[in-house]
Amino acid sequence: MAAAVRAAECGVGVGIVDDNATLGGQIWRGELAETKDATTWRKTLQATGVTMLCGSRVFDQPRAGVLLAECEDDLRVLRYRNLILATGARERFLPFPGWTLPNVMGAGGFQAMVKSGLPVHGKHVVVAGTGPLLLAVAAYLRKKGAEIPIICEQASLRSLTRFTTALLGHPQKIVQALRLKKEIGGVPFATSSWPLSAHGQKFLESITISRHGRPQTVACDYLACGFHLVPNIELPVLLGCQIRGGYVQVDDLQRTTVEGIFCAGEPTSISGVESSLVEGQIAGFAAGGRPEEARKLFAAREKGRRLASLLDETFRLRPELRNLSSPETLVCRCEDVAHSHLQKHVSWRAAKLQTRCGMGPCQGRICGPATQFLFRWNPESVRPPIFPARVENLAALAGQQDPQSTAILGGS
Amino acid sequence: MPSQISLTVDGSPVLIPSGATVAVAITLAGQACRKSVTGEPRGPLCGMGICFECRVTINGTPHRRACQVFGEPGMDVRTEE
Repeated sequence: MAAAVRAAECGVGVGIVDDNATLGGQIWRGELAETKDATTWRKTLQATGVTMLCGSRVFDQPRAGVLLAECEDDLRVLRYRNLILATGARERFLPFPGWTLPNVMGAGGFQAMVKSGLPVHGKHVVVAGTGPLLLAVAAYLRKKGAEIPIICEQASLRSLTRFTTALLGHPQKIVQALRLKKEIGGVPFATSSWPLSAHGQKFLESITISRHGRPQTVACDYLACGFHLVPNIELPVLLGCQIRGGYVQVDDLQRTTVEGIFCAGEPTSISGVESSLVEGQIAGFAAGGRPEEARKLFAAREKGRRLASLLDETFRLRPELRNLSSPETLVCRCEDVAHSHLQKHVSWRAAKLQTRCGMGPCQGRICGPATQFLFRWNPESVRPPIFPARVENLAALAGQQDPQSTAILGGS
Repeated sequence: MPSQISLTVDGSPVLIPSGATVAVAITLAGQACRKSVTGEPRGPLCGMGICFECRVTINGTPHRRACQVFGEPGMDVRTEE
């Protein structure tokens, strides 16, 4: 949104394509789309007359300067001179016995459900995993009337103490942290703690967690569990952008290594919404031909970058989390591939070819980061379509008529 | 705009707040969304449209991600149960 606003201010024609039904990504969802910041940006955006295409997901680039996006009934062919990628991040999931039970969700995932209207008043929700997101989610759920038996953070108390000391360099974050502390006052917060297993007949009924090195079982209606964030780099990779250390490589003006393509926000480094807004503006000004305006925002961006490394370090996954699965625990949820079938493979590609892990609708978005941590594999190249697409739309790509049909296809 | 919306999940009526997604309706109906390759019941995981665990048939169109679709009055939602 920020990128579009600034680019439009430069006088160029701008269009936004978003897979979600409304703009604002994962943060500005539901009633959080009504916060002061969100509302200001949205109103500014609407005033610019930017073309907004929601519910549309980009699945391929047939040639330079052209993207194909699929929406409910339609195929959109998008031609661009400059492209700003703001594909955001997603949660990292780690498998453990019972994690596929309905009502086990991501931490941000569960928050998204509640933002999207799921009532939680009086429901028991355990929040687990790692990252500052856990506290934000817990505070939000509490405001909506949920009971939170415990928050389980896998990082050690020592890591977190170092983190809070380092936050002294980020006063705005301290204010946020103190507010969060107030909002979740009274909720048990366990460090060096993680889920061991989830139990239930058809839906989640309880979970067993590791606390002080010992198992403890907690009854609950929902488990909101996520292990920090990973950048959505599939589209940048498809377009040929250079990736460094798992993130899209960009220069000062948020330019990728591909001419005419910019990238802003979480795909360049996980640093949160304020950073994304700054980087989006830099990219917008740069793509709009006003780099001098972009430069004025460099200092603000620098602060965000420092926070990103601090986050990475503090919430690094501990080795115990590699041993949560039993042999039967499913790692690839799309194709139901168990841990024991994956363990023996030496690479992501070998596992994919032998077991179909990563070939399902999610195209490795869930199992990729998990197996990267569990087995130290490196998910390799990205093949189109990067989202499941209808056969008729893929046929249009080939310039041929096909009988109307609907299917989910994975790449290989 | 009504404050509640009525739609059906597997033939049974469900009331959801206006602006809520189909995934919310399915959860409130006490249903799972789909059955996995080995027959496990599955529901929403990521809440943001990338895991595809929440796919259901809406008004006859299959493979719609329930977490990405706003509920509408009279919508016919079918899970794999």
